Amino acid sequence: MALFSSGGAGFRAAKGDLNLESVTKQFANFTAVDDLSLTVPRGSFFALLGPSGCGKTTTLRMVAGLEQPTRGRILIGDTDLTGSRPYERPVNTVFQSYALFPHLTIRDNVSFGPRRRGDSDAGKAAEDALELVQMSSFATRKPAQLSGGQQQRVALARALVNRPEVLLLDEPLGALDLKLRRQMQVELKRIQTEVGLTFIHVTHDQEEAMTMADTVAVMNAGRIEQMGHPEELYDLPRTSFVANFVGQSNLGVGDVTGTDGDNLVVEVAGTTVRIPKARSAVHSGRITFGVRPEKVRISSDQPTGAGNDVKAQVVDVSFTGVATQFLVTVPSGSTWAVYEQNLDVQRNTLRPGDPVWLEWDSGHAFGVEVDEAAAAEAQVAS
Amino acid sequence: MSALAHVGGGTPGAPDDGPPQERGGRSWAPYLLLIPGTIWLLVFFVFPLLQLFTVSLQSGFPGFPGYYYRDVNFGNYLDAITEFAPHFGRSLLYAGLATFFAFVLAYPLAYAMAFKAGKWRNVMMICVIAPFFTSFILRTIAWRQILADNGPVAETLKFLHLLPGGRITETWVAVVAGLTYNFLPFMVLPIYASLERADPKVIEAGGDLYANGLTTFRKVTLPMSLPGVIAGTLLTFIPAAGDYVNAELLGSDRSTKMVGNVIESQFFRVLGGFPTAAALSFTLMAIILAMVFVYIRKFGTEELL
Ligand SMILES: Nc1ncnc2c1ncn2[C@@H]1O[C@H](COP(=O)(O)OP(=O)(O)OP(=O)(O)O)[C@@H](O)[C@H]1O
Ligand SMILES: [Mg+2]
Repeated sequence: MALFSSGGAGFRAAKGDLNLESVTKQFANFTAVDDLSLTVPRGSFFALLGPSGCGKTTTLRMVAGLEQPTRGRILIGDTDLTGSRPYERPVNTVFQSYALFPHLTIRDNVSFGPRRRGDSDAGKAAEDALELVQMSSFATRKPAQLSGGQQQRVALARALVNRPEVLLLDEPLGALDLKLRRQMQVELKRIQTEVGLTFIHVTHDQEEAMTMADTVAVMNAGRIEQMGHPEELYDLPRTSFVANFVGQSNLGVGDVTGTDGDNLVVEVAGTTVRIPKARSAVHSGRITFGVRPEKVRISSDQPTGAGNDVKAQVVDVSFTGVATQFLVTVPSGSTWAVYEQNLDVQRNTLRPGDPVWLEWDSGHAFGVEVDEAAAAEAQVAS
Repeated sequence: MSALAHVGGGTPGAPDDGPPQERGGRSWAPYLLLIPGTIWLLVFFVFPLLQLFTVSLQSGFPGFPGYYYRDVNFGNYLDAITEFAPHFGRSLLYAGLATFFAFVLAYPLAYAMAFKAGKWRNVMMICVIAPFFTSFILRTIAWRQILADNGPVAETLKFLHLLPGGRITETWVAVVAGLTYNFLPFMVLPIYASLERADPKVIEAGGDLYANGLTTFRKVTLPMSLPGVIAGTLLTFIPAAGDYVNAELLGSDRSTKMVGNVIESQFFRVLGGFPTAAALSFTLMAIILAMVFVYIRKFGTEELL
């Protein structure tokens, strides 16, 4: 049966949202992906962000069918794809290591997929895809004769040419220079919106994830820590891991001492701060208070506003053109970062060692659960 | 092993062969490094070959068997080829069959070693190489026992009525089996080397791009291992075509002799046979060279399928 069927046989033309239901993947007794559930709406751009080894590639491989989940189900629309072979799925992968066919020319690499599906216009489709990634002039070369970035673009073309229901991109732009990367980001986004494909994009580059994706999921140790629209994710992290992984955060561990209207009153190392209840994941006991560096204002005089200020000392000043970045020591002993846009006519006169006051709008503050492991680490370090 | 796998003209996907480079300036180092090899080739290959060539053109002294004089007698070639044409045919046929069977046996074995063996890989490797620790003459004699008329194999086949001729030894089957057995490792090792170097992700990419198992094998895995296959077939076919031990020990005196047997007997047993033996050697070499040339031209650069 399967032995003599052609490439197209067994193909499942599933359409719809991609659904992962409690997917778990274990290698021996190591859990690479841990009870992961998510829905990626059809035609959306979904970014997976996370540190190295957190299970991003493993997740993609399970969607592609290159790895079978230990538990859980994978569906596109109503079609359960769990257990089906890779060639049966309307899914294509841009491999992290490119994985181009070394014995085939660039053109034959790209037309490989369309040919297997019996596309009579495979050659033309390949030409178009190569055009898209600006690789047309290399069509007759072999992969070994291309640079890393060029190979990466061919890998992109080889997957894109199939217009799959779900396209999996495993760090597809990692080897490109900044200019080409920006260009490819725009191209990818254009293709994705034009053709309405579902993209799952793994990247280490937060900015890339933020600018391109409709939804960003932050993964850590095989689990999704938080998932949401990029702005939402940046504005209101729900765990201290996300607060640190997506952008920078100034954090301090304290205790909830009471409430004041819609705010929680929190005592952090002798300083009283306020967090809107709606912006806090914890409402009593120990809490990690956080505020983004650009939300903090720095001044040499005590502000007259109500409450959300703290005395600190400048440790370092670095001028970056558009902004000045300060590192300051707060009473708890930890170091905070503060970004000030260079709006004033007067130049900044603050120098390391100067006492300063920090101030922020309490509406920007957020509260997350104390990461005990990280806190213990900090304890040991101090 | 990698040197073997390169015989077929290099692997297309090896990461180390980057874009072609141009070198400025001229360096003598490569030529200096070539000197020892060139001397070796001159002393141990070119000179003996020239000597053999002159012998192949000698004529025998009439009336004094075993004595020769220098001559340019191409008639030796004509006589040798016409008289021993069947032996040439058998040599090429048996070597071709042995190469085919060795390939059929070796490919799955090499594939299993490269992709499926896991921790057993080294054990399998030892099993492939271990026979080299004993003389192949001894092993071939052992096969004579195994295939003997009242040995286990022949008895079983006779019992199942699958042996119409009644015996295995003294037939071409035994000779081809012996050749296949003796040269199998030379087929396994280069194929294994090229498969082992293939990136499993590339094979996965075949599946990801809608090719089922068989298509992925035909379009991706096999072409990627082609350099190994070419090296293996050459390393099997060439020595098998010149072999005489298997035909001597497993074959019959009349119907299964190969060119190697004729050369051996002309050199060592037939008085006045030197020019014939030399002419046969040269003819065999020319035939093999021509075949290898055509083969590499056909498969070495292009896709096999
Ligand atoms: N075949 C395997 N056998 C055993 N462990 C594996 C296997 N594949 C992956 N792992 C482990 O699973 C974890 C997740 O791997 P994965 O490749 O998904 O990471 P990743 O998030 O893609 O990392 P990176 O950003 O570095 O590519 C890693 O700790 C890895 O060592
Ligand atoms: Mg990865």
